[in-house]
Amino acid sequence: MHTYIDKIREIASRLLKEEAVEMVIGYQEGTLPMISPPMSVRSAEDVEKLTWSSHCCINLANYLTDIKGKVAVFAKGCDCRSIVNHIAEGKVKREDVVIIGVPCNGMMERRTISNIFGDEIEEVVEEADGTVIVRGKGREEKYQKSDLLRQCCRVCVHKNPVLYDELVADPVAIPEDIQRYKEVEKIEAREIDKRWKFFENLISTCIRCYACRDACPTCYCPTCFVDEAQPQWVGKGDDEPDVMTFHILRAFHTAGRCTDCGACVSACPMGINMRAFTKKLEKDCLDLWDWEAGLTSDMRPALETFTPSDPEDNFK
Amino acid sequence: MLTHIGIEPERLQFSWISSAESTKFIDVVTEVVEAVRKVGPNTRLVKNMVREP
Ligand code: SF4
Ligand code: SF4
Repeated sequence: MHTYIDKIREIASRLLKEEAVEMVIGYQEGTLPMISPPMSVRSAEDVEKLTWSSHCCINLANYLTDIKGKVAVFAKGCDCRSIVNHIAEGKVKREDVVIIGVPCNGMMERRTISNIFGDEIEEVVEEADGTVIVRGKGREEKYQKSDLLRQCCRVCVHKNPVLYDELVADPVAIPEDIQRYKEVEKIEAREIDKRWKFFENLISTCIRCYACRDACPTCYCPTCFVDEAQPQWVGKGDDEPDVMTFHILRAFHTAGRCTDCGACVSACPMGINMRAFTKKLEKDCLDLWDWEAGLTSDMRPALETFTPSDPEDNFK
Repeated sequence: MLTHIGIEPERLQFSWISSAESTKFIDVVTEVVEAVRKVGPNTRLVKNMVREP
């Protein structure tokens, strides 16, 4: 059992008993292994259903958009930055949310686990020392959690919540040797035609289910451009230009706001790493404007501001 | 990001031109047209195109 669970239940129970909040948003045990779906708890009797694991991949800031009443939410480093972004954009009021920060050691990629294990998985148990025991089809294997992490968690430098009312545990250490943009640089080094092929390939299996959009806290438009019929900005079929347009535009809509929480990738039924688009934008925001999303709610996101000193190297 | 994913930089040009700068407008348009002509017809993000398998 994860060491955070008792503390999580204790905090949730206290907040509900004291009537400090109407609802607590956290994670529950899934019906399938390696998935911890989000859940909301309204009474102290139900806090036992709350859990924590390395499968809490969904970004809970997504459930705070325009929420009414006072709520508490468990937030990892990335979720927390998304909440800060929500506050900056007026989608939630700071006084309406109790943020319970969860210092994070990263979430695991269930596809990686399935691939390495090979057989159908019945149970995944995490030990406090970072060992992961996977059981299924009558056999058992041991792995290191660090080998099973999601790509976004491997390059994450904001594992500790940036804004919180309470912490579940002490902050975790951030490794110093993280190469944040290794994946982007690898693509950047290729020739232009190879890059296009790479991205064509990346989205070739996309079925336009929009799970990535729905899982994203920054995608809160009442009507998404892909659903708009008048005008119809983008075709609805699987013609490649339409699929590519969806991905390009979705990425641009998250520019300067995406916290690389990886919820999109975790939600995708086809295992598409659409972070390849957003990570480049994140890198550009940092390189061009020294901007990182969700670190402060006092500043507007990068693409919402203009100063005469903005770099204009691309302008003739 | 567009050039990052493989859109040719020649097709992506930005410029500040005031409504009073007619000669600059002509120069920029001419340059853009020349640059695009050099890279040839666009094959990326084109609808209903017959693609090589
Ligand atoms: S991106 Fe960072 S904060 Fe978010 S789950 Fe991964 S390690 Fe944790
Ligand atoms: S979740 Fe995956 S398959 Fe669905 S629209 Fe997004 S990228 Fe495509």
